[in-house]
Amino acid sequence: MPEVLTAPLVVEFPFTRSLGPVQSAFLTGLRERTVLGVTASDGRVVVPPTEYDPVTAEEIRDLVEVGTSGTVTTWAWNPSPRRGQPLTTPFAWVLVRLDGADTALLHALDAPAPDAVRTGMRVRVRWAPERTGAITDIACFEPDDTAAGNGRPAPHSGAFADPVTQITLPARLDYTYAPGRAQSRYLQALSEHRIVGERCPSCRKVYVPPRGACPTCGVATGTQVEVGPRGTVTTFCIVNIKAKNLDIDVPYVYAHIALDGADLALHARIGGIPYDRVRMGLRVEPVWTEGSRFPDHYRPTGEPDAGYDSYKELI
Amino acid sequence: MRDVAVVAFGQSDHVRDSAETSEVEMLMPVLHDVLAQTGLAARDIDFTCSGSSDYLAGRAFSFTMALDGVGAWPPISESHVEMDGAWALYEAWVKLLTGEAETALVYSYGKSSPGSVRDVLTRQLDPYYVAPLWPDAVALAALQAQALIDAGLTDPQALAEIAARSRAAAVTHPHAQLRGEVPMGEPLVAPLRTGDCPPIGDGAAAVVLAAGDTARRLTDRPAWIRGLDHRIEAHALGVRDLTDSPSTRLAAERAGAFELPPGHQGTGGAPMVDTAELHAPFTSQEVVLRRALRLDAPDSTVCVNPSGGALAANPVMATGLIRIGEAAARIQRGASDRALAHATSGPCLQHNLVAVLEGE
Repeated sequence: MPEVLTAPLVVEFPFTRSLGPVQSAFLTGLRERTVLGVTASDGRVVVPPTEYDPVTAEEIRDLVEVGTSGTVTTWAWNPSPRRGQPLTTPFAWVLVRLDGADTALLHALDAPAPDAVRTGMRVRVRWAPERTGAITDIACFEPDDTAAGNGRPAPHSGAFADPVTQITLPARLDYTYAPGRAQSRYLQALSEHRIVGERCPSCRKVYVPPRGACPTCGVATGTQVEVGPRGTVTTFCIVNIKAKNLDIDVPYVYAHIALDGADLALHARIGGIPYDRVRMGLRVEPVWTEGSRFPDHYRPTGEPDAGYDSYKELI
Repeated sequence: MRDVAVVAFGQSDHVRDSAETSEVEMLMPVLHDVLAQTGLAARDIDFTCSGSSDYLAGRAFSFTMALDGVGAWPPISESHVEMDGAWALYEAWVKLLTGEAETALVYSYGKSSPGSVRDVLTRQLDPYYVAPLWPDAVALAALQAQALIDAGLTDPQALAEIAARSRAAAVTHPHAQLRGEVPMGEPLVAPLRTGDCPPIGDGAAAVVLAAGDTARRLTDRPAWIRGLDHRIEAHALGVRDLTDSPSTRLAAERAGAFELPPGHQGTGGAPMVDTAELHAPFTSQEVVLRRALRLDAPDSTVCVNPSGGALAANPVMATGLIRIGEAAARIQRGASDRALAHATSGPCLQHNLVAVLEGE
């Protein structure tokens, strides 16, 4: 059993999202220190406002302006804030029903300790100093000693100068990637400049790189088989578009390569030969650069080309 | 409508960290187990359906690699849901009801160990108003728990008793991750303490479904699916009453959970089900589900979560399917005649599925 390999993996997307008319008015309103709600089919004022009725799914568009103070409807004390959360010191998560609203908005409440928080307490919006038209324009809520107003919220056109119509929201998740037994064995061998596939006990096919299971038979591929290092180009393409963060001049060739002894072609870049000279049947071998755990590319061996019949089942 | 039954159920050991195995390496022994229970080979299965989420392990298209463990070549009839495997079972059940298939293999798996599942689950929330605040799964459950406490429906002691009962039930469970006496610990997000929360871990589960006489041929005592329904609530948390679960109640009604079983009419006091497997990752969510499913009658004899439930093992994306599997296995071994199984998805029990299973 080889050591379990792991590596850090970051998945990060800057999602750019279009806003509907109600979302646009609400988020632009936050930028202007104004909180808008929408009147639902049953007359309830929904804050934060939805584009569609939460019960009937009808399109709803009648906006109203609600207060910037409100009442906590439930709360939870967060002793250890996590990345991305509104405050970096311990705080309370709260659902707040703003004055004039019939539903509650989720946000953070800046409070010194859990004994300073209770359901029913009055709170008010603390605005972020820099506002862009996002839910984070509300920096958080803070305790408030004013009594609840009981006026009905006033209609609002939702019209603002320079409305926000789309928002870009970064999302990042951090992982520790572990490839599992079969791929760990494969990667371990690669770092020793050996290419090790795995054989299916049922159909006898040798898979490289191995993924732990034979996709035809649905059983574990337990037996390691050293293959290559030489192989045959079974098919290829010429890449003309430079990939981001990849320091390789275009055009270059990316090929399927059937390593000697393998029953499945793997893919890799072909170097050491002009791109327009690469052909099916070309015999190639891996090139390891100094200190690398895996081959950088494959280059011609100088052997005569393989006959088509020798690799036609692997295309 | 034709009858469809669960004829086999299997699951992996649920562990904190399965770094030594890939998803397919973790899943494959479970697939082989359920096939062996029925004597079927993979190629005898008419339809295969799986549930998983690539976000958990950050591994793109992991479900296609997991399919290697099925033996999907030559091409099989197959589908996948980016949901708990309970919803994959729903799809397979519908497929069998149409008569398009006689047998189905349903599986799901979850590897939470490579990432931070509390944060990963924030990505399922409303991306405009909620996700930018990164409210983690424990925080949202804690808001629900406080609402229950404020409403006088539970208290920290009652929640601790749910945790203790669940983990005591899991003592004899060979696959459980957290069992026996577990300290309630410090508040993670108050009012929830670590003991109120599920263990974080990795695991897999699989079920074989079969229709009519095929089911009777494959097993001595099929667990017949008498009803199956799922319902969803508004995504905006502040619109919902977090102390109640109308979607669970409606799904249960539609699945026939509140009807008396055949043969028991007129007795009045007969329990509607004798077993309930509830998918409640947090102690407070069991309180909500018990109310919605009317399991809290003073004279109730319903055995709730004899497996230990999600508080004993919570492989996200498989936990709901495991509830159906545990209920079915209890029927298959004669320990239950009529069982309810529940699965949930989304924050604070947003989306709920109820199955009613019955032995002959």
